Order: sequence, then structure tokens, then C-alpha cells
Amino acid sequence: MNEPHHDSRFQRWFNRRGWIKITIATPYVWLILFFLLPFAIVLAMSFATRTPTAPPFSFGGDYPLLNTRTYHRLVEDSLYIRAYLTSIFNAVIATLMCLLIGYPMALGLTRVSKSWRNILLMLVILPFWTSFLLRVYAWMGLMGTNSWFNKLITSGYNYLVPAEDALRYIPMMNTNFAVVLVTVYSYLPFMILPLFANLEKLDFTLNEAAMDLGSRPSRVFLDVTLPQSVPGIIAGSMLVFIPASGELIIPSLVGSSSRPMIGRVISDEFASARDWPMASAVAVALLLLLVVPLMVYTYFDGKAHEKIKSSGGADA
Amino acid sequence: MTDIPAITIDADLQSASVKKSAEPSFIRIEGVTKKFGSFTAVNSVTLEIEKGEIFSLLGGSGCGKTTLLRMLAGFEEPTAGRIYIDGQDMTDLPPYERPVNMMFQSYALFPHMTVAKNIAYGLKHERMTAAQRDDRVRNMLDLVQLTDFAARKPHQISGGQRQRVALARALARQPKLLLLDEPLAALDKKLREHTQFELMDIQDKTGTTFIVVTHDQEEAMTLSSRLAVMDKGRIMQIGTATSVYEYPQSRFVAGFIGSINIFDGKVVSIGDTTTRVHVPEFGGDIEARSVEGIEDGAQISLAIRPEKLTISRTNPQSANSIRGIVRDLAYFGKDSLYRVALPSGHIVSVNSVNARRIGENERVADWEDEVWLSFDPNSAILLKD
Ligand SMILES: Nc1ncnc2c1ncn2[C@@H]1O[C@H](COP(=O)(O)OP(=O)(O)OP(=O)(O)O)[C@@H](O)[C@H]1O
Ligand SMILES: [Mg+2]
Repeated sequence: MNEPHHDSRFQRWFNRRGWIKITIATPYVWLILFFLLPFAIVLAMSFATRTPTAPPFSFGGDYPLLNTRTYHRLVEDSLYIRAYLTSIFNAVIATLMCLLIGYPMALGLTRVSKSWRNILLMLVILPFWTSFLLRVYAWMGLMGTNSWFNKLITSGYNYLVPAEDALRYIPMMNTNFAVVLVTVYSYLPFMILPLFANLEKLDFTLNEAAMDLGSRPSRVFLDVTLPQSVPGIIAGSMLVFIPASGELIIPSLVGSSSRPMIGRVISDEFASARDWPMASAVAVALLLLLVVPLMVYTYFDGKAHEKIKSSGGADA
Repeated sequence: MTDIPAITIDADLQSASVKKSAEPSFIRIEGVTKKFGSFTAVNSVTLEIEKGEIFSLLGGSGCGKTTLLRMLAGFEEPTAGRIYIDGQDMTDLPPYERPVNMMFQSYALFPHMTVAKNIAYGLKHERMTAAQRDDRVRNMLDLVQLTDFAARKPHQISGGQRQRVALARALARQPKLLLLDEPLAALDKKLREHTQFELMDIQDKTGTTFIVVTHDQEEAMTLSSRLAVMDKGRIMQIGTATSVYEYPQSRFVAGFIGSINIFDGKVVSIGDTTTRVHVPEFGGDIEARSVEGIEDGAQISLAIRPEKLTISRTNPQSANSIRGIVRDLAYFGKDSLYRVALPSGHIVSVNSVNARRIGENERVADWEDEVWLSFDPNSAILLKD
């Protein structure tokens, strides 16, 4: 009566343990194919020599294998260092602003009724439904010297300063201010959403307990809510800081050309200067600049968690 | 059988439960009502609690115990009524200005602080030096026997230890009133019994007034000096464990505390000490101790606790005896539970203490035996509703 086994070896392997291995392997394969491999190519390219060929680089010649010209230029030419500093400065300011604006919004989201929460969350995500470029162009319009927005800000400024310092308009376009403003606008949801996810999980009875023990609401926030939301703050800040520091479109459209950000430098090296090795070196340095601190943080954070776990497990 | 001693006990109990003293009570809850929309969670509750009492709020799920407690702590605003503690009107004060602390059902320990920091948290708002504060924390750790765990975080200690940290944290500010919302619910049975006595011991040492919410009637009876039984937002009865158990004033209270047999009846005649009641289920009249406010001919309920019934094979020849047939019996060692069917088919529970050692096959009654049940008129409870 028993049917003979028709299952192939693959099917048997898949049903036993194979599917687990495949599930685990998929993201790794993805990472290797679309991150590690391209990164290896870029890294290799950064040590190549620039040539007037297509593609415009080659290995060998005077420098068999490693040509470190690009990295020498990176530290010697102040253009690059200034671009890195501008990028990081703008990204830090934008991240802080996002935190300052996003935190109260995320906290507010956890305190309103369920139906309101859904509506407000929708509104947070709604801007993503229009093209990012379109929204940046809208800001360019707003910041222009003749816009109602500029006039409003200018009249506010004129109201505050003595009459002889009054301005006809405030030059906003093509400044670092414009870059930070549009970056904050664009990346605010990336701060709000992880913060909201974190704050929503917090147990409100802890706030009540603190209040019961004599703390006023402001004190309760500092003692209970803020310390528990550190993971959300870190997650949100990473999500804003990392793309903001490598941002290309915003500084290209509204930023100052005399103070380029690093994304712009990479793009220019690739496209206009056709110096692919140099562009690769700038990109590699940016990645190291962003990833190394993150890895150090993750390492120490993981160690701290392990410590808690092992000391907690000792008496269990 | 004389009725006089029983009546004397009753009078004592009644006077204890409605003790009227000249000075106002330490805690006064006056006509407090809480509505959530159109739903009334707490319905005109009036309650007086004396200093140093352990007072229990007992009732089924959703009857408004937590809501009442939260109004005392200041987390909910009463829709109507006022709350006084030590003569002060607390009704409009925020939680952080009340001399009240609460031990939360979930403990609500701060996960990012050590045990010692948790206990010290409430003290930073008190006017005291750092040395005094450390001293207080040390005393509290001592009181709940957690000195060795001071540096641990809440997730590094056991459930029972967490519960003691929560208690220590709530007591550290030396509140006038401590509220405990199902303090022992998360503990297993053995630890719970142990902790009940610890709680009583700590209350004894600190002299703090405790209000304990529980839905475990045994816990309420063990812990408290007095208790209130709640149902659907109302207080049904207030009194000592004995008075509530022995003298329930309504079918609800009689049925909620312990187990009980309830029959419908009609008053036949009212004497000085006993009232004759016709109970159709018994196929005759019985005598019960008179209670106030019952009229001749009124429809009433007759309630008898299983342990107040005596079971025998022969007719005891006393006033209240009924015949029945043993349908079921369970032997528990120290006592046995019989389920006896009356001629009407109604099943009566009888709890009989096995005071004498008996041999195998030597029980008072066996399956399908015909037996007599009898009870003292004093033990029968007459209920108006
Ligand atoms: N914030 C609220 N909004 C609306 N209804 C509420 C609210 N809080 C409590 N209730 C309702 O009030 C009633 C009493 O709730 P409460 O928490 O006081 O019950 P409880 O006696 O403590 O019950 P349990 O023993 O299950 O803890 C319940 O029916 C509950 O649904
Ligand atoms: Mg409750």
C-alpha cells in the first residue's frame, strides 16, 4: 500500500532543515551581492590609476596593484576635508533639529486616542506619497526672495531688529541654512517613526508610579520616559544622520556651491571630473567615517547587554 | 438549645462594624461615584476607615475595586463625592501631592534603576539629607529582606523579590495610606500564603493604614481587620470577616463569601427569638433566628452554610430536620463533603468534620443512603432579597 518515496534529495533536505538555512541565508546573500561586492569593487577602484580610457581607470602601470594617490589627495586637499566637515556639521544640526521637533510629536502620538493616532500617523507618512524632488522644488519656491514664506520670515525679522537694520528679504537659497531646513523637513518622519515605536511600548503605569512617588509631570518625563527612550533616540538619529551626511540632491538644489557637501563631491568626481578612483576613495572614506563609530557603539552596547544577561543568569 | 449567646455575639459584631466614634474617621470616602461615559464603574460609595487598619476591598472582576483605589491615589477624578484623608480634602489634589502611595498590581518598578534606586526614588522629593535618605533605604531593604539585592536591576530578581521591592518603594515615603492592588495575585499559592503574613507583619511594624484590593476571599479574610464586599460599583456590605461570613445581609454577599445553600421561603410566624419559615423544598416549616425588618407572610431566602448542617442516619428529633438521599460524597481527610438530594430534587451541600477516627466502610453515610439533615435555628440566615 505504501507509495514509494518520490521525493528528490533536495526536497528531503529542504523539508528537514534546509528551509531554515535558506531563510537565514537569503539576507546574507542579498548583503553580499548588493553591498559587499559593490563595496569591494569601489574599494579596489579607489586604488586604481586614472586613465583617459573607458572605463577611466586601470590597474598596473607605475603602480602595480595599489595606487594610494587618491588617499594622499584626500588628506592633502582641503576641499575634501572641508566637504566632510560641512556634511557632518549639517547632518548633526539636522539630526538635532529632527530630534527636537520629532520627539514631542512622537510623544504626542502615544498620548492621543487610537483613532486620532492613526490619522496623525497617516499625516506623518503622507509626504512620502509625493515625489521627493517635487517637495524640494517646493521648498526652493518657498525660500525664493519673492515668496510669501520669505516675506513672512523677513517681516518677523524686521519686527525684532531696529529699523535701520531692516531687510527687504532674507537670502535663504544656496546657503547651509537651506540645506539644513530641507533636510530636517525631508528626514523628520525617519526620526518620528522609530521614536514612536519605542515610546508606544513604554508602560504608562511606570509614569503613574513616578507620579505617585511625588514627581511632577516634567520630572516624570526626565526620570522615566527619557531614559527608556534612548534606544528610540539612537535609532531615529542614525536613520537621519547617515543619509543626511551623504545627501546629494538637497545640497545640489538648495545648497551653496562654494561649500559643497560630500555627496556632491563624489558625484562631481564621477561625472564631471571623470576621476573614478578619486570618487571611490571619497566614498570609502565616508563609509568608514560613518560605519566605524556605529560598529564601535554596537560592540560596546552588545557587551553591556551580555554583561547584564550573564549577571542576571548567575542567580536564576 | 438557647439562643441568647448567639444573639450576644451578633450584637457585638454589629457594633464593631458600625463603630461610631466622636472624632471623624482617618479616611472618609463620601458618596464617591465614577462614570466612564455612561458606564458607572463606582456607584456612590461611602466608606470610613480607621488609622492602622488593613481594609480589604473584595469583589468580582470589573466591580470597580481598582477604579476606587485609583481615585484614592489621585489617578482618576471622581464624578461625584469627596475623599478625606486625616481630615484633609484630597479630592482635587494631583497624585504627587497626596500622602498616599500605591503598590501597583504589575509592580511598575523602574527597569532602568537598581533596587536601591527604585526604593530611593520617592525620597528625593522629601526634605532630607543624603545620609537620612540612605538610612531610610537601608531600613526599607532590611524590612523586606533584600539588602543583598540592592544593586540588582528589577529584571535580575525573582517575582517574589520584585513584589517586595514594590512594597518597600511604596512604604519608603512613610505614607499615611498605602494602597495595594492585588498585591499577591502574581505569586504562586505557597509564596502567597507566606507573603500574606509578611504583609501583616510589615503593617504591624509600620502602623500604616492599608487598603488592599483582592478578589480572593480567603486572602481578604486572612489579611484584613475589616472588609467591604463590592458588586457592580456598589458596596454591598462592610464588616469584619466574621460578620460578613456569618451575617451576610444579601444573597450576593452570602453567595460571594464561602459556599452556601440557598432556598426560597415564606414567613409563617414571627416569634421573639425565632421565626417560622415555610420552605417548599423541605416540604415543611423550619425555625430560624429572627432578624429585623422581616414581615409576616413575606417572601424571603433561607441560607445555610454547608458546615452548619449536621448529617445523621437517624431522625435527630429536633425542630429543623430534613430527609434526603446521599448522591455524592468526597472524603478530604479532615472533613467530608456530602451532596444530598432532597425529595424535591434540590441538592444540598453538607460539610462534616471528621472529628473521630473512623474505619474503612464506617462512614456516617454512604452513597444512596437515606439521611437526616438538621441545623440550629441560629445558623440559618434569613435574607430579605
Ligand atoms: N478608563 C476606563 N474607561 C472606561 N471604562 C473603564 C475604565 N477603567 C475601568 N473601566 C471599567 O470600569 C469597570 C471597573 O473596572 P475596575 O478596573 O475598577 O475593576 P476591578 O474591580 O479592579 O476588576 P479586576 O478584579 O478585574 O481588576 C470595568 O467594567 C471596566 O471595564
Ligand atoms: Mg483591578
